[in-house]
Amino acid sequence: MRTIEQTTQEILQLATQQFKVPAGSLAPEDDFYKKLGIDSLQALEMLSRLENHFKIELPDYEVQGVNDFKTLAERIQARL
Amino acid sequence: MLDLRNYNSVGEALRDALETWPDKLCLIESDRGEEKLRLSYQEFKKVALPLAKAFEDLGIGPGDRLSIIMTNQSKWLISAYAIFFCGATLVPLDFKLKPEEHWQLLKHSNARILITEYGIWRQLAASPGRANATNLKVVLATEAPANADLGGALRWEEARGAPAPAFVPRSKQDVACIVYSSGTGGTPKGCLMTHENYLEQCMSLTAVYPFWPGVKYLSILPTNHAIDFMVGFFGPFTCGAAVVHLRTLRPEYVREAFPKYEITYVSLVPLVLKNLQKGLQARFDALPPAKRRVLEAVRNINRALTRDHPRLWLSRSLLGQVHSAFGGKLEAIIVGGAFTEPQTLQFFYDLGIPVANGYGLTEAGTAVTVNDLKPFRADTVGKPLPGMEVEIRNPDVEGIGEVTVRSKTVMAGYLNEPELTAETIVDGWLRTGDMGRFDSQGHLQLFGRKKNMIVTEEGKNVYAEDVEQVFEGLRAKEFCVFAANYVWPLRSMVNEKLILVIHLEPGQAFTDELKAEIAARNSRLINYKRVHGLVLYHEDFPLTASLKIKRNELAQRLGALEREHSILPI
Repeated sequence: MRTIEQTTQEILQLATQQFKVPAGSLAPEDDFYKKLGIDSLQALEMLSRLENHFKIELPDYEVQGVNDFKTLAERIQARL
Repeated sequence: MLDLRNYNSVGEALRDALETWPDKLCLIESDRGEEKLRLSYQEFKKVALPLAKAFEDLGIGPGDRLSIIMTNQSKWLISAYAIFFCGATLVPLDFKLKPEEHWQLLKHSNARILITEYGIWRQLAASPGRANATNLKVVLATEAPANADLGGALRWEEARGAPAPAFVPRSKQDVACIVYSSGTGGTPKGCLMTHENYLEQCMSLTAVYPFWPGVKYLSILPTNHAIDFMVGFFGPFTCGAAVVHLRTLRPEYVREAFPKYEITYVSLVPLVLKNLQKGLQARFDALPPAKRRVLEAVRNINRALTRDHPRLWLSRSLLGQVHSAFGGKLEAIIVGGAFTEPQTLQFFYDLGIPVANGYGLTEAGTAVTVNDLKPFRADTVGKPLPGMEVEIRNPDVEGIGEVTVRSKTVMAGYLNEPELTAETIVDGWLRTGDMGRFDSQGHLQLFGRKKNMIVTEEGKNVYAEDVEQVFEGLRAKEFCVFAANYVWPLRSMVNEKLILVIHLEPGQAFTDELKAEIAARNSRLINYKRVHGLVLYHEDFPLTASLKIKRNELAQRLGALEREHSILPI
């Protein structure tokens, strides 16, 4: 079982790869819409990647209103 | 299609649709690429009538209001059918709102029953707003796990009664739906949509874009969205067509659905259309240079040959691979909910995929104008639909004025807001607050808004006053939120942004701490509601005798400042 810290780090790493931002430039508290400059559909694409990685299913409404990696990690952790 | 002139209510037309095409495909539900449900009209009836009976057993009848908060799925339509069958009024709410906003609107609408999904219900039940909606007596939750704590809700799947209930007729002027066009932060604007509004709108739209048995409409917008309610529910049903529901908006599944189900029509908001464009463009860019040149040449030929009107068979032959990716049966993409940039529309049309862009608003019963593609015009929002009278009021020297609409599709008014209704519908004409003019071909062109609001690419209306609540208590003398284009009109409806105007206390410095506080408060808002800039204003805001901000006057004063230099990033 992963710890929340591990889950968060894996999310940051995946987002770094997907959106091709410099390694280490993302932090748990970052607002991913703002930091990555993405729209809601791109956020859903990120979610699909995270689901594949963590082998879980997250309904769209579960992450509605979630803007930062930390809260996203908590939602994912609850389903691991 | 059914001759809707002979019907008095949405429920009556839907009831007859189920009788008229019993063996035709009615509904498909797909979740993440996996088909979960497939119903004929007859099968739909078998699922929906027991629910209608359960409503009847709960004492539901004419005048009662039942709300649906669900993602995009088949139970939305089944529940809506049952509500209309009982003669009740539907209150469709956007599942993307926050729980406290849901409770506020449930209270405002006085809904007696809520139909929702278990996951949404868990969030709602945990919200303190629950105590406010005192009229809400029953909650039906779908898809709850076997041993779930239902928090007082009943299982939707078990809400079944027999025998079939008696159909409850309604008159054309009765309210079919209360649709909230905005206002969770300020005044809730609950549009009272009559049965006549929907019957007339359906006849207008299908006169230009017909449905027929065999059509497959791809529904990816939630059905609470006015467009999807019409072209993803009422329209296809009254024509014996089929609706394919995708439960997620995730782009990979949207792309997959077109060829899998050989989709005929789809409705999209500009954000999704642009996402599709981006995906296609990336594929084109990845082609070897020689193939890219061939594609460009074929696209130019297609553009020339479809200048006066679409020739789908020809475009499908010329650009077979592109059309195959869309299933090869696509008649048109209907785009609405917000203004779409002409270059995006032209991109698809040049590939032989007609995009039916239009203009509408909930208050007018969804669509007012639509592009009839004769010829395609990316630079306008089309011509008025049959039955729509559209006039430009108080035009300036360039002919630009407020767009006003008179039609049987215009709402009856706003729930519990007679003054707002009287300001909005004057002598039978709906004042849209949008600025436009007609060109010499009778096409409407839009040039911004009179209203202090924005419409996002997702088709969301955001009123500036609605987002102010999150800044309450901010350490400043006073503040106000504006749509930037309201203060500095740009004659444009793209990239609309909200700005926060603050006036500091005397001697107060604009510190990094205050800036961080503004950013933190802003991030509490759902992404599409956020403000995108900050204006530091150094004078007292003009106030009314009751100390309310005179927004118009403040906007005028701000408008004298230079836009580019006044807006600071947040």
